[in-house]
Amino acid sequence: MMNESMNLIMVGRIKRRRRFILVTWLLAIIAFALCCTMLMLGNTIYPVTDVISVLLGEQVKGASFSVGTIRLPRMVAGVFAGFAFGISGHVFQTMLRNPLANPNVIGITAGSSAAAVFCIIVLHASSTFVSIASIIGGLATVIVIFLLSKGSSFSIGRLILIGIGIQAMLNAVISYLLLIGQHHDVPTAMRWLSGSLNGAKMENLYALMVTVLIFAPIIILLGKRLDMLELGEQTATSLGVNTDRTRVILIISSVLIIALATATTGPIAFVAFLSGPIAKRLVGIGFSSVIPAGLVGIILVLASDLIGQFAFVARYPVGVITGILGAPYLIMLLIRMNRKEEL
Amino acid sequence: MDKIHEFRAEKLTSGYENKMILEDIELEIPSNKISVIIGANGCGKSTLLKTLSNLIKSSSGNITLDGKSISKFPPKQLARILGILPQSPIVPEGITVADLVGRGRFPHQSFLSGWSKKDYEAVADAMEIMKITEFANRDIDELSGGQRQRVWIAMALAQQTDILFLDEPTTFLDITYQVEILDLLTDLNRKYGTTIVMVLHDINLSARYADYIFALEQGRLVGEGKPADIITSTLVEDIFGLNCTVINDPVSGTPLVVPKGRYHVKI
Repeated sequence: MMNESMNLIMVGRIKRRRRFILVTWLLAIIAFALCCTMLMLGNTIYPVTDVISVLLGEQVKGASFSVGTIRLPRMVAGVFAGFAFGISGHVFQTMLRNPLANPNVIGITAGSSAAAVFCIIVLHASSTFVSIASIIGGLATVIVIFLLSKGSSFSIGRLILIGIGIQAMLNAVISYLLLIGQHHDVPTAMRWLSGSLNGAKMENLYALMVTVLIFAPIIILLGKRLDMLELGEQTATSLGVNTDRTRVILIISSVLIIALATATTGPIAFVAFLSGPIAKRLVGIGFSSVIPAGLVGIILVLASDLIGQFAFVARYPVGVITGILGAPYLIMLLIRMNRKEEL
Repeated sequence: MDKIHEFRAEKLTSGYENKMILEDIELEIPSNKISVIIGANGCGKSTLLKTLSNLIKSSSGNITLDGKSISKFPPKQLARILGILPQSPIVPEGITVADLVGRGRFPHQSFLSGWSKKDYEAVADAMEIMKITEFANRDIDELSGGQRQRVWIAMALAQQTDILFLDEPTTFLDITYQVEILDLLTDLNRKYGTTIVMVLHDINLSARYADYIFALEQGRLVGEGKPADIITSTLVEDIFGLNCTVINDPVSGTPLVVPKGRYHVKI
């Protein structure tokens, strides 16, 4: 009797685990294939051998410049930003137990955007300065929202409502700045706002790369605890999770990587929001889906960028394509939540 | 038997900013017995249970487990001795029953490890005690309220603690399932010597299943003892404000509270 039930549980669990591992590997392979495609495709199509030679540091006529200086930074920016958006979106959705939650609710995107647009329109600042200002703007907004929503105890509802309020305010500021901006500054600001991998340079990517390489592993290691938080404050505590500490570490880590990603590529719409749910749907429930969510983030960004570059006559920034993909999902989610009376 | 634990609260006061909910509680939980906390709505039953289990910080007073202050325990170590089933746990969407029960193994697992053989055994054991093995690989959303409640209790059982606190484990359940769950918890106590402390709404079921009763009235402990010794019409009148008579339960021989309303009273 006991053995039978052990078997039943084991068989099911092993089956779910196998699916999880298989799908995660598949996602990694797709992400890798997209990376290669990004390096190969462009005005001139280079074969894999040339791309590999360039990556190994050999000089290949023509390819060295376009692959090494233009396409490689673009690809690296897409990979790191996509991974950052994917995992931090998943962290927030799981921690706040709400599929509508994403780092936007704590104001990071609005704060970064307002600061960036201010620098572009009012200060006519250089792109490095814009990046730094947007990191500071994003982090400052997060801190303000947390301080304002800090009552006697932590409340998700209060956090989300105050976040929405602050976001609305900052969006008004952005609109105002765009209205008063000079002709040639407004398109730059708009491009920043829609999120783009254009003009990515290797030397501007190191900060993002280092931050992701430090903080993403922390989030991955805390994946199991993150899933425990999903059971609710009290259940998680009673099972031995130090909820306050876990939450603080998770929030700081995801806020930092998303601030850096936003500063580097602009807010690429919907990636943070879509990656987690897509990943969960694919790998199933029961294992931490931090890594799959990051991989889906990479796939979304790289695929959208390829579509934006090559599928149409005109070239569109990546954020436009992710926006087109994301909006129907948001509507579907709202309808489904409405039916389940969760709204 | 190393399942004996000494669990005490001294001069316990607790509450929110300006409203005290518990005042000056002194108690010792009888080891390896089933204790039930009774009292009217809003008298602080749940708060007492949560404060005792360190889910809410007390304003003053001491709670000690085996002589050591409960707040000094590392969270995981405490979770290996004391399990708590909160009143309304949250179900993660789409999770299977076995995986949810398996979450109860968290305090026994190291940082990155998957499920060990011991984890599988504990989960299988807990599911068998709660009679939910057949649902192992089903989505928890497909289960009925009573079945779900058994899943939550199984999760707390998989934690394999010597002490188990349950906050109204039978609310929202039909009477059949209430009795079934209380029977299962009694099995657990008799078979493994688990110390159980629970908040129950139904005073008659409390009187039947409890070895020991704590009676709360407006945040104060107004009575404690074996059901037969303390459940009297005076106590019920005091804590519930209910005019009643107490007779012998024909089935169990424990006290049975029969309320007197304004109608249908012959005596």
